[in-house]
Amino acid sequence: MYQFTYHRVDSARKAINLAEKNEDAKFLAGGMTLLPTMKQRLASPSAIIDLNPAADKLAGIEQRGRAIVIGAMTRHYDVANSKIVQDAIPALADLAGMIGDPAVRHRGTIGGSVANNDPAADYPSAVLALNATVFTNKRKIAADDFFKGLFETALEPGELITKIVFPIPSKAAYMKFPNPASRYAMVGVFVARRGKEVRVAVTGAGSNGVFRASKFEAALTAKFHVKSLEGVNASADGLNSDIHADAAYRAHLIGVMCRRAVNKANGK
Amino acid sequence: MPKVSMTVNGKAVSANVDARTLLVQFLREDLRLTGTHVGCDTSQCGCCVVHVDGKAIKSCTVLALTLEGANVTTIEGLAQDGKLHPMQEAFRENHALQCGFCTPGMIMTSVDIVNRKGNTLDEQTIRHELEGNLCRCTGYHNIVKAVAAGAEAMAK
Amino acid sequence: MSATGIGAAVRRKEDLRFITGRGQYTDDINRPGQAYAYFLRSPHAHAEIKSIDTRDARAADGVLAILTGDDIAADKVGGLICGWMIHSKDGSAMKAGAHPALAQGKVRYVGDHVAVVIAETLAQARDASEKIKVDYKVLPAVVDMNDAVKKGAPVIHEVSGNNTVYNWHLGDKAAADAAFAKAKHVTKLDIVNNRLVPNAMEPRAAVGDYEPGTESFTLYTTSQNPHVARLVLSAFIGIAPEHKLRVIAPDVGGGFGSKIFIYAEETVCVWAAKKVGRPVKWTADRSESFLSDAHGRDHVTHAELALDEGGKITGLRVNTKANLGAYLSTFSSSVPTYLYAPLLSGQYDIPAIYAEVDGIYTNTTPVDAYRGAGRPEATFVVERLVEVAARETGVDPAQFRLKNFVRSFPHQTPVIMAYDTGNYQAALEKALKMADYRGLARRKALSARAGKLRGIGFSAYIEACGIAPSAAVGSLGAGVGLWESAEVRVNPIGTVEVLTGSHSHGQGHETTFAQLVSDRLGIPIDNVSIVHGDTDKVQMGMGTYGSRSGAVGMSAIFKALDKVIAKGKKVAAYCLEASENDIDFKDGKFSVKGTDRNLDFGSVALQAYIAHKFNGQDLEPGLKEGAFWDPTNFTFPAGVHICEVEVDPETGITRIDRWTAVDDFGRVINPMIVEGQVHGGIGQGVGQALLEGVHYNKDGQLVTASFNDYCMPRADDLPSYNVGMTQTPCPSNPLGIKGCGEAGAIAAPPAVINAITDALGHEDVPMPATPLNVWRAAQKAVAKKAAE
Repeated sequence: MYQFTYHRVDSARKAINLAEKNEDAKFLAGGMTLLPTMKQRLASPSAIIDLNPAADKLAGIEQRGRAIVIGAMTRHYDVANSKIVQDAIPALADLAGMIGDPAVRHRGTIGGSVANNDPAADYPSAVLALNATVFTNKRKIAADDFFKGLFETALEPGELITKIVFPIPSKAAYMKFPNPASRYAMVGVFVARRGKEVRVAVTGAGSNGVFRASKFEAALTAKFHVKSLEGVNASADGLNSDIHADAAYRAHLIGVMCRRAVNKANGK
Repeated sequence: MPKVSMTVNGKAVSANVDARTLLVQFLREDLRLTGTHVGCDTSQCGCCVVHVDGKAIKSCTVLALTLEGANVTTIEGLAQDGKLHPMQEAFRENHALQCGFCTPGMIMTSVDIVNRKGNTLDEQTIRHELEGNLCRCTGYHNIVKAVAAGAEAMAK
Repeated sequence: MSATGIGAAVRRKEDLRFITGRGQYTDDINRPGQAYAYFLRSPHAHAEIKSIDTRDARAADGVLAILTGDDIAADKVGGLICGWMIHSKDGSAMKAGAHPALAQGKVRYVGDHVAVVIAETLAQARDASEKIKVDYKVLPAVVDMNDAVKKGAPVIHEVSGNNTVYNWHLGDKAAADAAFAKAKHVTKLDIVNNRLVPNAMEPRAAVGDYEPGTESFTLYTTSQNPHVARLVLSAFIGIAPEHKLRVIAPDVGGGFGSKIFIYAEETVCVWAAKKVGRPVKWTADRSESFLSDAHGRDHVTHAELALDEGGKITGLRVNTKANLGAYLSTFSSSVPTYLYAPLLSGQYDIPAIYAEVDGIYTNTTPVDAYRGAGRPEATFVVERLVEVAARETGVDPAQFRLKNFVRSFPHQTPVIMAYDTGNYQAALEKALKMADYRGLARRKALSARAGKLRGIGFSAYIEACGIAPSAAVGSLGAGVGLWESAEVRVNPIGTVEVLTGSHSHGQGHETTFAQLVSDRLGIPIDNVSIVHGDTDKVQMGMGTYGSRSGAVGMSAIFKALDKVIAKGKKVAAYCLEASENDIDFKDGKFSVKGTDRNLDFGSVALQAYIAHKFNGQDLEPGLKEGAFWDPTNFTFPAGVHICEVEVDPETGITRIDRWTAVDDFGRVINPMIVEGQVHGGIGQGVGQALLEGVHYNKDGQLVTASFNDYCMPRADDLPSYNVGMTQTPCPSNPLGIKGCGEAGAIAAPPAVINAITDALGHEDVPMPATPLNVWRAAQKAVAKKAAE
């Protein structure tokens, strides 16, 4: 790591104040991506604003009406094991339980994952497919407006996610095909149906990060059944190619994972 | 240099550290608790797993300063009153280690699995839960056996 | 059998320190005043170093020294060596380029050592390294072996202008060609044996220390063979004469071959310790391990098998290109030659074999021995050919093997080896039963109903282990003898320390070796300590690799114990006032034949030291004996592994459903430890077959440079193993041991690939058979079927 100055804060307000004064500062939440990146000397923030002392204020899970509200500093482990989430959106609990490994889930946070928008991270697919709303210290941002490409989001410098609100779907499921080596999503497909709307979000595959698979959405909106997907194929255009999967294989897997997700959502 | 204080294996410790100091460096270099190992630099191998406030974490991926006031248990703190922890016994009894390098992290993870999943663990669960710990020697066969046996013994 | 003797599943003595976090690995060792080394490595695969400007770096905080190839040259530090001479077909010696510990004028792979920064802290050393300005003239790089030997290819070392280190061959070409001319059926295969990174969980490390008062060096390092390290560092690299250089390999966290070699980093640490007047510590981070630990495998092979009308194998021809990387590592030249081609007869009676091997330089990390070293590559060739030949001729693969097995021993193959003993059909028959081969059709049908493809694969492997005999390896070009030494020191109260030249880095020697002593001397195992890994304690040794520690290392202990017993009889004879010839030694007691007069081992030990009962002039006091053991032949462990897989054709995911192993390791000292070795070997072999593979891009950048891209086997990638054994004791050592350390890694890859190709209707699939590769093969199989 390169040198940085370290700031411990016990509230979001203090964090934001500090961020305003330190241009190259980074918020430290779970640190599961930031710290390895810094260790490799691929990131050199001038200051670290450690949100962990504020975790109690920024974490928590509750149901408000037909939505689940998850505080930004809520750890993956707590989402995966939350009775509230398991009852209301089991697909979201499943997804949280598939991130990293148990030790990573004990530290990593939903806010950190969503703010980082790693193209192979799991959470962005849930945020997008469930049409969640991202709340920051300044405003609320609809999922469709939040993700802007590889590691890019609508967040402005110094803006901090405080919570994410997930409307409860009638049906949802997440299927993940992990990269054999890193176990990040090589292809992850989150399908969700709420009212008449079906949303299908794909992570891990797109060269521009998480995206909605509109062809699949259209087919499933007509009828939310795996048979609706017969003949529906993802295009390889714009998908990643690497040693683990070329674009054609990723496109194929989007179809397979989507079908399996629909079956799972339908209880099959 | 900023100061950090925490409890490690039941003892209060504090030191002034470079802000860059990871928990594993604090344990190994400042406290000379060298049982916690470093096997990679990408948070995957799990050789560095310790418990923080009762939960398994990778000590290579957390700043020592973040853990102000935390309660840390390392492999050196697992045996109590000179008596091995049942999971340690199970690893020896089932020949679940060869070179021993991954073993401290493997044992700390295994205890955490039992804490979360209970004392009756099937093979598939154990293999899945060990996702964050690499072993190059054993092919995992005996580790899986040891975790199951250790889990049962922990109920007693 | 006693509870702690030969054949007992004794729990390991070494485990207490490992399960409590009290092991002492090299990075756990800290010397007073120690400084830290950070190596600046080449970012280019091939470049000329025009200049190195260290001025700013020298001025950086905490920097004690920055050393480059110029300093190495000025101090006349010798280059790293390759200790096995290979001669080409034309009789010429292999063409090895120089291998300086710090680059001199040129870098040849990404990760090559350009300079070392020594500073008060590691962070300071790394910070300063970024201030070193290296002016590189980047040269075209070559990573593919076929490209490397093309006319006009970039020249990596001037001495081997076409990047070919040797064109070597073995066997009788005319005889093999004649067999093919008469063949009824010829099976041909093109095979890539994928490059691997050993990835022992403990990264390599070194602490160099210099004591000016005695002008002596100490090197703590992660070595499988500290005496070999000392020999090379003294005799070839010239750090210090052997009596002024102590090498300590403390607890070592796995090796798998990668810690045999003498690398640049430990050389620099021990040399620099004197230069900066401080102990110097270096510990690889995993990223450095990927770049700088010698890689394994990396063969490209065309192979052909000739059959007669009765399905008997009549000939084998093999042409292999072996990637040696950018420099010749310590034993690299021997791996694709003498550790490879002599195993090409497998378990089969093959009258004619001819193999050609080209060793080739590329701009990649050096390649050397990795668990199995040459034998997995040979086994993969033989067992894939045999499987495909059986399928092509419509014969059950088990029956095909049974028909072609060597049946009588000793058996001289056409490629050097004389198999001493074995029973190959017994292992196969036992494995077929354990694997429920008869139930396969039913299981295949069940899988098919679930949309899955089930396949079975066999691997009947053989290896040459107990790497020795010195005369044999010497005649093949080895620069050293490959015996082993032991010293048994009996203390006055009858406890025993055994000093061995073998080194344990996971194998459990502290237990198995103690079992031998407990068994032979009839004393409690807790009264025995095994001392290893320190050149100041153990006089000499050749270390641990090639599954040699049981067969060779324990045989040396056995021989020394015989001498202890012989001396004990002399002492007992004085004490019991009997003739030496009338003393028997059994179950820990020296007794006078035909009487009840006896002394236990401890009493004899005490008498040996107090020496009151005998004239110290007639009989020397004390009880301490040493021995060197050099066997007469290699050992030949062999066995059969059967892998059964289920492939999901939709995703390409392969799940190993069952694994059966039946191995013949000769006599087994500790079955628990032996089975553990088998498990671990299979794990690595499955890793090669399904998960692991090194990728370089065309510029020579390592793509698989961390665990994020290089897929290590995890617990949920691997199955449980059903392990059985047959035993035909080895005749060339007193214990009948054959060795077990590498079997799994040798046996597993062809078993897996044979199983997957069986599931896919015989469509070939490359290693590693990742979901992508299996899915592609499945697509091809479907397309072929549709075209039919």
